[in-house]
Amino acid sequence: MQLKNFSISCKINGRTYEENIAPDRTLIEFLRGLGFLSVKQGCDTSNCGLCTVWLDGTPVLSCSMLAARANGRAITTIEGVQEEATAFAGFMAAQGADQCGFCSPGLVMNILAMERELDDPTPEDIKHYLAGNLCRCTGYASQMRAIEAYLAAKTAKTAAATTAAPAAPAEGGA
Amino acid sequence: MFELKEFIAAQSLDQADELLHRDKKNVILGGLLWMRMGTRQFNTGIDLSGLGLHRITDLGDHIEIGAMTPLRQLEISRLLADNFGPVLRDAVCHIVGVQFRNLATVGGSVFSRFSFSDVITALLVLDTRVHLFRGGQIPLADFLETSPGRDILVKLTIPKQDVDTAYVCQRKSAADFPILAAALARTGSAWKIAVGARPSRATLAPKTAGLLSETPDKTQIDAAGNEILRELTFGGNGQGSREYREHLARVLVKRGIQKICS
Ligand SMILES: Cc1cc2nc3c(=O)[nH]c(=O)nc-3n(C[C@H](O)[C@H](O)[C@H](O)COP(=O)(O)OP(=O)(O)OC[C@H]3O[C@@H](n4cnc5c(N)ncnc54)[C@H](O)[C@@H]3O)c2cc1C
Ligand code: FES
Ligand code: FES
Repeated sequence: MQLKNFSISCKINGRTYEENIAPDRTLIEFLRGLGFLSVKQGCDTSNCGLCTVWLDGTPVLSCSMLAARANGRAITTIEGVQEEATAFAGFMAAQGADQCGFCSPGLVMNILAMERELDDPTPEDIKHYLAGNLCRCTGYASQMRAIEAYLAAKTAKTAAATTAAPAAPAEGGA
Repeated sequence: MFELKEFIAAQSLDQADELLHRDKKNVILGGLLWMRMGTRQFNTGIDLSGLGLHRITDLGDHIEIGAMTPLRQLEISRLLADNFGPVLRDAVCHIVGVQFRNLATVGGSVFSRFSFSDVITALLVLDTRVHLFRGGQIPLADFLETSPGRDILVKLTIPKQDVDTAYVCQRKSAADFPILAAALARTGSAWKIAVGARPSRATLAPKTAGLLSETPDKTQIDAAGNEILRELTFGGNGQGSREYREHLARVLVKRGIQKICS
């Protein structure tokens, strides 16, 4: 049987790409081929989570998905959520949670997905959601501190925004 | 990674069936998590993504789960939790990670008949039926006795039931394969117990389940813990020895019963 390429049209970080690809090309090969080099591959067994990107907003392993299946869909990599990723990176740096940094893009994509999916996650919920993101350097404790601090800061910000709006507290008190 | 010469997004199940039987080297693509670890060369990869098979639907007296439903949906579906309790959620929540479960499918999991399968262990206690394109619908327990043929798993159906359920398992680490797993269900005074990863394929243990009353006392629970070792066979592999599995079976069955009764 002759090899038949597959023509795909999909959005990556909001921009449309039309490409002709090998039918067994994985999504990670496709993305890296287009220059999205933030997407990393850390294993051959769908276990490490380094390759996490969003498919229509849902976190998936780009190493384990055929690019052909992205046809007509929207992919987001960390380049597409730069602002949030930078904000989170500050919390990671503050805890010394970035060592080699190879696991960071995948971890960040999953944390930002978690933030959208779960309301008020407990430390257990966070660990459960991130169980598929491996890190060979940190031992996870510093990452957990960074994530909790990041979520707490976000909650505080939202709370401040909602309480500030209706009635500003009277200055000076009673 | 396996190789494909062609990728076809099937427009209908008839077309998918026709493609599957046209060439022995054509293959149905599930979530690909298992397939991608192989190195086989296929001709046409048949994609079922566009056929609306990724949904969980309430059909009145039963619930339908399409073959392409991701395992993550078994974990978070309200409909499944409301009707069948925590058993499906607790069975899949340990499988690798969220991103993995957003891709791995129910159809691929059941069709593969893995002996370590958490998914199959849980579905066994719910009277699940498997709907095959050619083979028609058969109870999951009977499906498991057949060897993987060339057919398409279209969907599963589970009758609605007033059931209390539990899932218990032992793993070396949170996201590893189970060393042993047990699913339990109680409807009125009728119990169902399935044990998987023995390490052979999950199976129901009706004799053990028959020893239990609606609210079993300690004697009955202990008797069930003993009977499970007589009723089912256990073996050793790299994950654990036969002796360890027998120890676990007794403990997990008792724990599961207590979970449902508490
Ligand atoms: C690293 C790893 C760890 C895992 N850990 C666990 C675990 O702890 N517990 C557990 O229960 N499972 C585990 N699994 C199995 C996993 O949950 C899935 O069951 C498995 O990946 C198969 O599902 P899939 O959708 O990926 O199918 P695929 O890999 O795409 O397909 C598997 C087979 O089924 C066929 N197939 C797929 N869909 C259909 C269909 N609709 N009709 C007919 N044939 C079909 C394919 O042709 C293929 O032969 C693990 C898998 C991996 C790779
Ligand atoms: S590269 Fe390891 S899970 Fe994708
Ligand atoms: S910082 Fe090195 S792998 Fe996570």
